[in-house]
Amino acid sequence: MPRAAVPRSPMAQPRSFVWTRRIVLTLLLVFVLVPVYVILSSSLKSLQDVQGSFQWIPRHVTVKPYVDIWKTIPLAHYFVNSLIVSVSATLLSVAVAIFASYGVSRYRFAGRRLFTVTVLSTQMFPGILFLLPLYLIFVNIGNDTGITLNGSRLGLIITYLTFSLPFSIWMLVGYFDSIPRDLDEAAKVDGCGPMGALFRVVVPAAIPGIVAVCVYAFMTAWGEVLFASVMTNESTRTLAVGLREYATQNDVYWNQVMAASLVVSVPVVAGFLLLQRYLVAGLTAGAVK
Amino acid sequence: MTATAPLENASEAGPDSGKPAGRGRLRPRIPARLRQGGLPYLLLLPAVLLELLIHIVPMVFGILISFKGLTLFYIRNWSTAPWTGFDNYKIAVKIHQPIGQALLHSFWVTLEFTVLSVGLSWLIGTAAAILMQEGFRGRAVMRAVFLVPYALPVYATVITWTFMFQQNTGLVNHVLHDQLHLTSDKSFWLIGSNSFWALVIVSVWKSWPFAFLALMAGLQNIPRELYEAAAMDGAGVWQQIRKITLPSLRPVNQVLVLVLFLWTFNDFNTPYVLFGSAAPHQADLISIHIYQSSFITWNFGEGSAMSVLLLLFLLLVTAVYLLVTSRKRGDADA
Repeated sequence: MPRAAVPRSPMAQPRSFVWTRRIVLTLLLVFVLVPVYVILSSSLKSLQDVQGSFQWIPRHVTVKPYVDIWKTIPLAHYFVNSLIVSVSATLLSVAVAIFASYGVSRYRFAGRRLFTVTVLSTQMFPGILFLLPLYLIFVNIGNDTGITLNGSRLGLIITYLTFSLPFSIWMLVGYFDSIPRDLDEAAKVDGCGPMGALFRVVVPAAIPGIVAVCVYAFMTAWGEVLFASVMTNESTRTLAVGLREYATQNDVYWNQVMAASLVVSVPVVAGFLLLQRYLVAGLTAGAVK
Repeated sequence: MTATAPLENASEAGPDSGKPAGRGRLRPRIPARLRQGGLPYLLLLPAVLLELLIHIVPMVFGILISFKGLTLFYIRNWSTAPWTGFDNYKIAVKIHQPIGQALLHSFWVTLEFTVLSVGLSWLIGTAAAILMQEGFRGRAVMRAVFLVPYALPVYATVITWTFMFQQNTGLVNHVLHDQLHLTSDKSFWLIGSNSFWALVIVSVWKSWPFAFLALMAGLQNIPRELYEAAAMDGAGVWQQIRKITLPSLRPVNQVLVLVLFLWTFNDFNTPYVLFGSAAPHQADLISIHIYQSSFITWNFGEGSAMSVLLLLFLLLVTAVYLLVTSRKRGDADA
């Protein structure tokens, strides 16, 4: 690294710093990239090759696993399930959170503290705490009214709100607080009602924060395992549970597992990396102030 | 003048800025009383209803059934399950009986795992964030690469590590045994005492990028003038890190460490995907343990009692943590 690359840096960088940076970051890159490489290279191997001793370089490169993954298990079906559940939970929680966060951020009213404390504290509770009662409630609602929540997509969406809603409210309150109050006051002076101020001024100004919250909520739902493993059945199974079916009694189709993992990861990772500018901005103004 | 008056009033009133401060604008159909007093409640209504549905009612219900002998037998009609008072709790905390002993064991395993994983994630995240604070060639690409483990779906990550930890076909043993000849045998990683370390490695791999992300965000808030002034005074880069960067990150760290602690302590996805529903004894985390007693042995009463105990512990930790950190912050201000 030529020193000229950072000419006006206030932190003049001595050799010790540059070398520490090289060594530490190289080690970290290896740590991060090895599993990523394993996913990619193993997904291009034949079943015979992944069942033998590990090889860094695939002996025969084949794309057959990418074809087979759709046939071995109903992957496309699980993909659609995951998509429906994650998108619905994200949109629902962010929509509800926008109103609630605006109320908390802009108004002072009796019960405000109780509300924020409740939301904040449920955010830290383990999912297992809600899984058990929700499961029993769903089973009993099903018995009493015939409405099937247990095993349905709707039921899963409701349970996903247990983590996405408090999280969305928490992040958005922080973000709305960072938007100068003068902005919506000015809008009100210009004749906007409170709702007008929210949708014409606060929401547009908070787009980076809202995008960040959407991405986080979606990612968490997309990767959720606990609720999905209890609250789904064959027709509503999500990817998180479905991928386990590549393991049969005799074989684990590791090449297909890796191919499928890659396929289900690409949309999320691509979206995340595209939006990371917003994510850092959202985090700066929101959660970490 | 009319334009500035409400703003001045608003900043004076501070918190009550929602009130239009005496300017009676006409809002058709919504009575003034509701507009001023009721609006925040209207805004909160959907959230409150949902909170009731997803958090409050289940929590009350969970506490209720922790006092009942609720087993698979009563699942179709939970209300007929017999009241057992504190029996479930007594069973859970009797540390000389098998159930209490196992719970205490998994509590300690979880605590050790959490402290190690959070400590390492925080350390790596801090180092990476500080080393990447200044521009260098390839920085943007590297930052994107570092965020990949965080962006990957948890199960995809953990499944990959499961594959890497396979005894005969995995990369870990291939490198340690075949290539570096460090171990005499191909060791087991997903059972036995190694399983604890496997768990820590996977957990750190996927959670350090969050620390990195949060700390990078925090670094952006440090005014550059501080560094310029320090450089002018002749402080070297290491000194600047020690005297400016690390202290400035303190508020971020206070939130970050608490959040990481709670997430890791409550983590179910990692052990479940890594080991399945029966984790090895050495890596029997508490969330898996409760899952096991609830959904494998179908003893919901005991599972609920354990959940309530876990909840009390987490509340205690958070309260103490907030108390300690806010006092420190108070000292710093004074």
